[in-house]
Amino acid sequence: MSNIHIENLNVWFGEHEERVDAVKGATFDVPSGASFGLVGESGSGKSTILRAMVGLVPTWSGNMSVGELELGKKRPKAFYKDVQMVFQDPYASLHPRHSVDQMLGETLSLHGFKDIDNRIMQLLDDVGLGPAFRFRYPHQLSGGQRQRVAIARALAPKPTVILLDEPTSALDVSVQAEVLNLLADLREEHKLTYLMVSHNLAVVAHMCDATAVMKNGEIVEVMTVEDMRAMKPKHPYTKHLLDSSFGYRPDAEQSA
Amino acid sequence: MMETDMPKQTLREWLLTDTPTSRRHARYAAAYSGWLTLRANTMAMVGLGILLLLLIIAALADLLSPMDPFVQNLGGRLQPIGTDGHILGTDSLGRDLLSRVIYGSRITLYIVALVALIAPIVGLLVGTVAGYTGGIVDAVLMRITDIFLAFPRLVLALAFVAALGAGIENAVLAISLTAWPPYARIARAETLTIRNSDYIAAIKLQGAGALRIITKHIWPLCISSLIVRVTLDMAGVILAAAGLGFLGLGAQPPSPEWGAMISEGRKFILDHWWVATVPGLAIFTVSLGFNLLGDGLRDVLDPKEGGHS
Repeated sequence: MSNIHIENLNVWFGEHEERVDAVKGATFDVPSGASFGLVGESGSGKSTILRAMVGLVPTWSGNMSVGELELGKKRPKAFYKDVQMVFQDPYASLHPRHSVDQMLGETLSLHGFKDIDNRIMQLLDDVGLGPAFRFRYPHQLSGGQRQRVAIARALAPKPTVILLDEPTSALDVSVQAEVLNLLADLREEHKLTYLMVSHNLAVVAHMCDATAVMKNGEIVEVMTVEDMRAMKPKHPYTKHLLDSSFGYRPDAEQSA
Repeated sequence: MMETDMPKQTLREWLLTDTPTSRRHARYAAAYSGWLTLRANTMAMVGLGILLLLLIIAALADLLSPMDPFVQNLGGRLQPIGTDGHILGTDSLGRDLLSRVIYGSRITLYIVALVALIAPIVGLLVGTVAGYTGGIVDAVLMRITDIFLAFPRLVLALAFVAALGAGIENAVLAISLTAWPPYARIARAETLTIRNSDYIAAIKLQGAGALRIITKHIWPLCISSLIVRVTLDMAGVILAAAGLGFLGLGAQPPSPEWGAMISEGRKFILDHWWVATVPGLAIFTVSLGFNLLGDGLRDVLDPKEGGHS
């Protein structure tokens, strides 16, 4: 069990004139076992926070910690055993030449597991894929099946924290629901802490206890899901986001 | 395997299944679907046929050639094509051209195999390390590559052979030394597109080191485009070896290397055209074979096509 603590996080790309500040002074806490959402438009810096946490973006300042571990420039191996990530696009996050078996097997052996064969079967079972999928290559899987494999890979080291980078945005609507339910079940079963990035407020409302709303790299508001469901935003941008989440309404134009 | 596991399936069904039952099964199935793609390409199969024929001829040269390729017969010099006992005629020392072309296939294969082993591997190493590491390592390695690329290939090979001494081994070494930079370029370009992809990020998150990522995750994706490039370049390698032979810096007489044979025939090309033409046709055919096969392999191995392994 690990809680996430992010304080005054700044992330930037490029140096000097080309410097772009992707995240500015982000601060939030995710209690152990909770599910926390990050919402905002494209380019608001949601995914960048996740990437900085796992060490894929080295240019950041501020304080980040997971559990007892204060994150520095390098991540120790134990960190990856504890924190895993599921990527947005399942078509890009699986190696095109590696079968499901190779992918999970390599992950398990990197984390020092011994009974790899049994663990692979267990993982496939956990994410609702049968043993028939074990030796398939990514091009033989559908988008939803690929994302299940990616989730199995994230579960392999038995982490306590999973970072979800828009895990369903590349999938079609019916598969989205399946994957979200799977994620919710897995969280229950394995007592996981989720930090979930999404631009879809309905997804966040379904999955998370609390959420941070981001705009242009800054967190404008942290609100509970109850507040969100009750449509009680404090910040005008959050209100705008909530309104637009209902989609196009002809009468909204006239009343405005 | 087939009989024990699934007695009712044919071998073809077993290979085409979408649900492989073991690691070995999955590998065979992937290889078989690649073979089916290749087989559908007629021109590639022609190329493969030519190269298989070359292999067989080289392996059975002792049985196939009607005469000893080194035996001279000064009484029967420069016999034309179709002479009794010399189907393809004889050269200026009365040696049977057919036998010499058959034995020359061994030398050609030897050169091709060695270059195909050395150049792409050096290129792959330099390119992937440069591409993955980036920064100063990248700059240094790629500038060295640029220096090699700046020289015309045959001229650089000539300089190497002149320095190392004439002979087939040195010719192979010289050709390899001039052939690797394009492979390094390709491997680096591929690596640059691969290294920022999500699946590399995903394996980094499992704590994998640079060595594992380069060898197990980047190499398999670079190798297919390199194989295609190598088969397409093999024609050029044969011609470069022939060119060195022609200039007297490759295979030395009386070796029946095809380029050297053309060089000898050059002196008589106006009156006795077949002496240079016969080995020239041999070079042409084998080059064509490699080109056709390379073109077909591109269709099979292209990772963007979805990846038959």
